[in-house]
Amino acid sequence: MNEMTKVTTLKDWETDQEVRWCPGCGDYAILKAVQRTMPQLGADPANTVFVSGIGCSSRFPYYMETYGFHTIHGRAPAVATGVKLANPNLDVWIITGDGDALSIGGNHTMHVLRRNLDCQIMLFNNEIYGLTKGQYSPTSREGTTSPSTPYGSVDRPASPCAFALGSGARFVARGIDIHKGLPDVLKAAHAHKGTAFIEIFQNCIVYNKDVFEEFAAKKTAASTQLWLADGEPMLFEKGEKGIALDHDNLTLKVVDVVDGDWQAAGVIEHDVTNRSIAHMLVELPFGEFPMALGVLYDDPRPTFETAVAEQNRLASEGKKPDLQALVSKGQTWTVKEGGPEL
Amino acid sequence: MASAADVTDDNMNAPPEAVVVRFAGDSGDGMQLTGGQFTLSTALSGNDLATFPDFPAEIRAPQGTLFGVSAFQINFGSREINTAGDQPDVLVAMNPAALKTNVESLKPGGLIIADSGEFGKRNLDKAHYDSNPLEDGSLAKWQLLAFDISQHTLDAVKPYGLGNKEALRCKNMWTLGLALWMFDRKRQPVIDWLNQKFAKKPEIAEANIAALNAGHAYGETAELGGPMQQVHVSPAHSEPGLYRTVTGAEAISLGLIAGAQLADLPMFFGGYPITPASAILHHLARYKEYDVTTFQAEDEIAAIASAIGASYAGSLGVTSSSGPGIALKGEAMGLAIMTELPLVIVNSQRGGPSTGLPTKTEQSDLYQAVYGRNGDAPMPVIAACSPTDAFECAIEAVRIAVQYMTPVMLLTDGYIANAAEPWSVPDMSQYEAFPVTHMTEAQESGFLPYGRDEKLARPWVKPGTPELMHRIGGIEKAADTGHIDYSPGNHQEMTEIRRDKVLGVADSIGEQAVDLGDLGGKLAVVGWGSTYGPIHQAVRRARDAGHDVSHIHIRNIWPVPRNMGELLKSYDRVLVPEMNTGQLKTLLRDQFLVDAKPLNKVSGQPFLIAEIMAAIEENIG
Repeated sequence: MNEMTKVTTLKDWETDQEVRWCPGCGDYAILKAVQRTMPQLGADPANTVFVSGIGCSSRFPYYMETYGFHTIHGRAPAVATGVKLANPNLDVWIITGDGDALSIGGNHTMHVLRRNLDCQIMLFNNEIYGLTKGQYSPTSREGTTSPSTPYGSVDRPASPCAFALGSGARFVARGIDIHKGLPDVLKAAHAHKGTAFIEIFQNCIVYNKDVFEEFAAKKTAASTQLWLADGEPMLFEKGEKGIALDHDNLTLKVVDVVDGDWQAAGVIEHDVTNRSIAHMLVELPFGEFPMALGVLYDDPRPTFETAVAEQNRLASEGKKPDLQALVSKGQTWTVKEGGPEL
Repeated sequence: MASAADVTDDNMNAPPEAVVVRFAGDSGDGMQLTGGQFTLSTALSGNDLATFPDFPAEIRAPQGTLFGVSAFQINFGSREINTAGDQPDVLVAMNPAALKTNVESLKPGGLIIADSGEFGKRNLDKAHYDSNPLEDGSLAKWQLLAFDISQHTLDAVKPYGLGNKEALRCKNMWTLGLALWMFDRKRQPVIDWLNQKFAKKPEIAEANIAALNAGHAYGETAELGGPMQQVHVSPAHSEPGLYRTVTGAEAISLGLIAGAQLADLPMFFGGYPITPASAILHHLARYKEYDVTTFQAEDEIAAIASAIGASYAGSLGVTSSSGPGIALKGEAMGLAIMTELPLVIVNSQRGGPSTGLPTKTEQSDLYQAVYGRNGDAPMPVIAACSPTDAFECAIEAVRIAVQYMTPVMLLTDGYIANAAEPWSVPDMSQYEAFPVTHMTEAQESGFLPYGRDEKLARPWVKPGTPELMHRIGGIEKAADTGHIDYSPGNHQEMTEIRRDKVLGVADSIGEQAVDLGDLGGKLAVVGWGSTYGPIHQAVRRARDAGHDVSHIHIRNIWPVPRNMGELLKSYDRVLVPEMNTGQLKTLLRDQFLVDAKPLNKVSGQPFLIAEIMAAIEENIG
C-alpha cells in the first residue's frame, strides 16, 4: 500500500458499470455484502485485486471499483498466483463458481490451496452452469435434469469444502448469498493469512431456483442451519439441539439439550483449529444434520508467497547482480592477437 | 565446416582443417558427459566447433539395446564451423548397438574405435548381430581399431577399490583420455571438472582421473600405428576477446535475464517440466539475485497463466515449453493478446504431433506460433538460428513484449537447446537499455486503460497504483476505456488495432539482410531457425563452385521485415529448406506471392550440407 489507508464507504467500491446478472440472482446479494464489508476491513481499493475465471460469478470484478482481472475458464487461481508472487502486498480475491473451480479449474483450485497462497477464494456454488444455459455441474445432486442430462445426472456431486480441506486448505467456511452472516464470514476469511476458501450457496433463479431452499429458507433456518463460532457450543434449534461426538463410531451425532445444559448433553465446543472435526463438519449429511455454516476451519500456517520471497532473499544474499559477470561465467578462454590461451 | 571430404582424402599428411567425431554408447555409458567435456577441451584449444547431442527419450533404456543408444557428435576445426558435420571421421562405439546404429553414417575410410570387451554374445544378440562385426570383415570399408576398453579401465582403477559396476562407469573417461590424446587436447580442464563434480567422493574423482590418464597414456605408448595417429587441428582464427561455450538453453536463460535487466523489470518465470524446454527453468531457478522468481506450476496452463498474472502485476512474465505444452497454453496466449500484457513464450520445438519425438529436433511449430490460436490473434514471432543467437533473440523478445505490450513467441528447437558452441562473451555495456515506465498518473484527457501511444501500445498500470483502478479481461474491450463492448463496430476496430499494433513491430526490427551472397540473383536459399549452419555452408560451397546463390535467414518470422517481399522477388528462384513439411514456405507464398520451393526433412535429424547442396544444384539448373 502506498499511503495511509483511506476511510472508504460502500459507494467507493461500486463501479459505473451496469450490473448484468439476471434480476433476482443471488450474485447481487453477494456483491452488496462484499461492497459493504470492504470498508469495514479498512481495505484500500487501489491495493485490492479481484481475479475471476469464467461464468456468471466471474463477471464480479467488473462491478468492484478495484483492480480486476476477468481471466479464462478455471485459471483464476493460477493468474492470482502470479499476481501475488509478483507483488505480495496486494490483497487478492479470487471469484469463481462450481464449474469454474471444480470442473475445468479443479487442478488449479487444488494447487492454490495446497500451496497456501495468501488470498480469499469465494466460490459461488449454484450447482448449475448458468452462463451456458443450465447444464448440470460438478456439484449438482444425482438425478439433476438439465439440457445435457434430460434423464437426470448419474454422477455423484463434489463437495467443495471437503475438496478444499482434502487439498490442504487452512481456512474453510460457508455462507449463503442472502444471509446476514456472510459479511462476518468474509471478515474472518480476510483476517486469515493464507488461502481462505469460502463456499457461498448462491441461488440461480433461472436454472436452479431454490435448490438450497431446504436449509436456506428463513422460516425453517433455526432447525436447518448450524452457525459455528469458535469456542461456542455447536447448538441449533434455538439451543434445544446440539452436535455431540459419537465416540463409538468416531462421527458426530445430534443430541437434545434439556434446559440449556449443553454440557450434560455432551455438545462439543467449536474449535476452528481442530482438523478432525472440520473433516466431519464438511461432510455432515444434510437432513440427518443441519447445514454447517460459518467458519468451519481456521488454522493458519506459513504462506506460499512468503516462502518464495524468503528463499529469493536468502539465495540472493551477498550476491550482486552483474550482467557482465553473468555472461562471463563458466570455463572461459581468451583469444589474443596471436591465438588462444587458457 | 568441413565434412569429411575436406579432411583427409586429398593429402593425408597435411593437418586437417576440421574433424567430425561421434561418441556413441549405451544411454548409461555417459556419452553426453564425455562429449560435453571433449567439447570444452576443444574450445579451450581454440578450435571453432559445433555439437549435436542425440539421445533417446528413455532415461535408462535396457542396456545394450539398439533404442538405448546415446550419441554425441562434435565438429571442430581451424576454420569457421557452422554444423555438427555431415559424416563423422571418427566413430567411438562403446558396444555393438552403438556400432550398428551409427556406423552407416561414418565416412568411407573413417576410423572406428570399438570396445571389444563389450562385443560378447549377449550384447551381439541384443544388437541383432549374427556374427561379431569386429571379426567378420563386415567393416572393411572403414578402418577399425578394437581393443578391450572395459578391461583397460578395470586395470586402471583397480587401486581405488571400486566394485566392478562402479569401476566400469569410468570407461567413458578412459575413452575421453584416448580422444584427448588423439587430438592433442589438454587433460587439466577435465581433471578440474572431475575434482569439482566429485568433491564429496574423492575416491570416485581419483578413479575417473586415473581412467582418463590411462586412456591418454594408452594412445601415447601403445604404438597402435596405422590409423591411430595423433592429429593436430590448428586453432581457428577468431577475433581477440573472452570466449566460453554456451548451449541454446543457457543462452536463452541469460538473454532473458539480460532483457529483464535492460527493461529494468523483475522477471517471473512460470514453467512446467517438458523435454527439451526444462533446461531453461533449471538455469533460471539459480539466478534469484537478478530479481528472477521461478515458479514450477501444476501444469502448462498454470505456467502461462501465472506469468500473465505477474505481468499484470508489473513484472516481466515469461513462460517456456515445447510443442504439446505450447498447444495447452494457446487459450492463455489469447488472453495476453486481448488484455495486451507483455509476455515472452519460449517454444523449444521438438518432433510432433502429440508426444511425437520428445528428444529429436524439428521446426514444425511455425504454424502454431503464427496462426495457432482462436480468433484473429496476432503475435510477434522470432526464431533463434544458433545457441549464441538465442541470447540476442531473447533480449529482442523482451524488448518487443514491453514496448508493444504484447506476448511474443521465441522459437528455438531441441537442436539449439542442447547444442553447444563457442561464444564470444558480449560486452553488456554495449546493449542499449529500454527501461519500462509503468503509468502512475492518468493521461491528460483522463485515464484510459486502452488509450494508446505511437506504437499503439496501451499503458501498463500496476495494481497498487492509486486512482488508476480498472478492470481487464478476455471479453472484447471498448477502444480507449476497456469496458466490455460487444458492438460490431468496436470489434472491427479493436481487431484492426491488434493487427496493426503487431504489424507495426516491423518498424523496430530493421530490414532483412542477405546473410551470404548478393542482393538479387538466380537463387535465394531462405531459412529460419537451426538450419542456419547447413544452409550457410551449402551456399558457401555452391558459391565457391561459381553458382549464383545467396543465403537469407529470417529471424523475424512475424511480422517479417518490411523489405522481405522486394528482397525475395529480386531472385529468380527461392528455395526454403525446413525441418517440417513446408511451413515458412507457405507463409512466404501467402504474404508475397513468390513461388517458394520447399526442401523438407522431418527425420528428427538436422539437415546435412550435402542434402542442401543437392537441392541448390537442382534448382540452379
